[in-house]
Amino acid sequence: MVSSPIDAGGDILPSQPEFRGRNLALIGRMIWHVIVLGGDRLIRVGVIGAGKMGLSHLAILGAHPDVELVGVCDSLGYLLDVLEKYTGVRKFSDAAHLFDEQPDAVLIATPSASHVALVGEALARGIHVFCEKPLTLSAAESTALADAAANAGLVTQVGYHNRFVGTFREVKRLLDLQAIGRVTHVLAEAYGPVVLRPKGETWRSKRVAGGGALYDYAAHPLDLLCWYLGEPETVTGAVLARDFSAETDDEVYGTLNYAGATSAQLSVNWSDESYRKMTTKMTVWGERGKINADRQELEVYLRDTAEVPEGYRVGWNSVNTTTLTPPVWFYLRGEEYSAQIDHFVRSVAASKSDSSAVARVNDFASAAATDRTIERFLREPSGDDHQRQAEPANHHDRRLFGRARKGHR
Amino acid sequence: MTLDRLLLGDNQFFGVNHMSEERAHRSALRFQDTAAIIEVIDDAVEAGVRSFMCTTHERIAEVADHVRAHPDDYPGFAFLPCLPYAHKYANAVTELGMMGAMRSFLPDEGFVNAALRGGKALAGKDVEGLITLLVDAEMKMFHGLSTPVVFLQNVVVDLLLGLRFDAAFSIFAEHVRSRYGAEPGFITMNLPMALDALERAGVDDPIVCSNMNKLAFRVSGGVQAYDEVLETRVFRPVAMSVFASGAIPPREALEWVSERPQIRSVVFGASTPQHIRSTVQIVEQLWGGVSSR
Repeated sequence: MVSSPIDAGGDILPSQPEFRGRNLALIGRMIWHVIVLGGDRLIRVGVIGAGKMGLSHLAILGAHPDVELVGVCDSLGYLLDVLEKYTGVRKFSDAAHLFDEQPDAVLIATPSASHVALVGEALARGIHVFCEKPLTLSAAESTALADAAANAGLVTQVGYHNRFVGTFREVKRLLDLQAIGRVTHVLAEAYGPVVLRPKGETWRSKRVAGGGALYDYAAHPLDLLCWYLGEPETVTGAVLARDFSAETDDEVYGTLNYAGATSAQLSVNWSDESYRKMTTKMTVWGERGKINADRQELEVYLRDTAEVPEGYRVGWNSVNTTTLTPPVWFYLRGEEYSAQIDHFVRSVAASKSDSSAVARVNDFASAAATDRTIERFLREPSGDDHQRQAEPANHHDRRLFGRARKGHR
Repeated sequence: MTLDRLLLGDNQFFGVNHMSEERAHRSALRFQDTAAIIEVIDDAVEAGVRSFMCTTHERIAEVADHVRAHPDDYPGFAFLPCLPYAHKYANAVTELGMMGAMRSFLPDEGFVNAALRGGKALAGKDVEGLITLLVDAEMKMFHGLSTPVVFLQNVVVDLLLGLRFDAAFSIFAEHVRSRYGAEPGFITMNLPMALDALERAGVDDPIVCSNMNKLAFRVSGGVQAYDEVLETRVFRPVAMSVFASGAIPPREALEWVSERPQIRSVVFGASTPQHIRSTVQIVEQLWGGVSSR
């Protein structure tokens, strides 16, 4: 058995992989609830964007014992009418009116191009922000938002949920322990069935709205690369290819080069229907071993020269998600979605009570680093302009809502 | 109705494995041909299993066609459909947007157009109509076959739970009863919370399928809360993930279930005759039989 996974931040989640510890975790939560929240002080949260991700977040927030929903804002009136009528949640057609209610925090799950304006407004009003990924479509704007949030002392988080997946967290812990020595190469992959027909009807098929496999799909493995290796010095051999999309990319490949002769290969294809759903895989080669990780499984090969962590042995080690995933109070689609929301809620609560017990995970500064990495795939000198997108897609479509709602994550 | 003790599930046929992408991939390859699925079902029928708890994956429609064409080979065989096939909708929403997806799945286009035109005036009747139309669209493939229980899938149940959309549960229950003469069933990853919602929705003695296993794998709310509701609440529990995708040896897993006599049924996902026979054998030893009919 593998010992308890510890997050890079040190203390973000109850870290008891063994299920005997589950009830202790729940009791611990209750004690934390009483100490930090003072029993009945709920965190007031508003949700902006009621697409697939927005509704999923709304349900998770709705089930969170420490959250009071202020309301939900979207441009689809009939959807909000149904929600209001059947669930009692307040509806807002204008984000400004939701901000006027002075929530402690907002969760933004609108098409990516609208993030920068909404996030900026929330921060200006002193509201903590959870924003779906990517933070913005411009690294400079993401960096500016990160600075603004830091200056205002606000809690920020971006929905890179893979950092809350037990296996991917364990990879980070093993790398921090130098278990496989110096990392020489990483293969970061993501495949899935998102765009399978030429005609796209949602914002996802439009580069100006933040669609495309680079911003909407490759962002996930690139964020994991940033977590594991930091930011690359250069990106070479970038390929942004089209299968079906007329206006944006469906495949992304490239080499990331890091200080210290470490490299990584990115391989992303969101038009691959041989995968039932999005599949993210990370393969890490080190001087003293190798790690294979996906959402469910972790395989670690350690050479006899490795620093063998407690619970591991020389040769192959196989660990699956059951031993690495802490329990959640509410499950919808995967523990990581609940865990990231819980982390955000606890961060906001700690901020309100001037307690600094919660480490930052996926804050705006971290997401801005990911956005800078994304942008390197667009800036690399190109020999074939037809295959590439010339520039980042900011400053085009700043409407707060696209025609369609937020879809795949 | 009485639920059978053992229900054959269908995750193994469609590349679903909660522990391993590789195992999922291998099974997707193996069951690429529907005949391979039917072969496993035939093995199960021969071993005495009579209930097939399945999604509405398009390949299940081929299985349904086969059973319809060979009624004598499947005496007393029942489909327990689980609606909706969520990935189909999720992918469609990504591709077409929320309303575009709905338009593509509903037989009656006029309905969605009317709802869109109505804008803010979407009445309660319309939501009811929408839910029932979606159910009917998915149930078409089982026409003329026995479907004693129709389940609502966990991703939908749990989304509705979080949203506190209780009315959807009663609309679904009422429609399944009146239109199909079937019992409504509910799959959830959040059993204690679901029982509260179903009670609020007025669904009495519900059939509720949830993860129940010795490892407490994906038992949200904790194993103590699950044991407490098993002791105190009136419902018909169906256990899934009892083997935790293979992490618990079959006998140990089923003995754990048998220590909880409230649990009516177990969903299992075998794909070889040996696996089916050994599971049936253990169930017969522990409970005396696999079928209630």
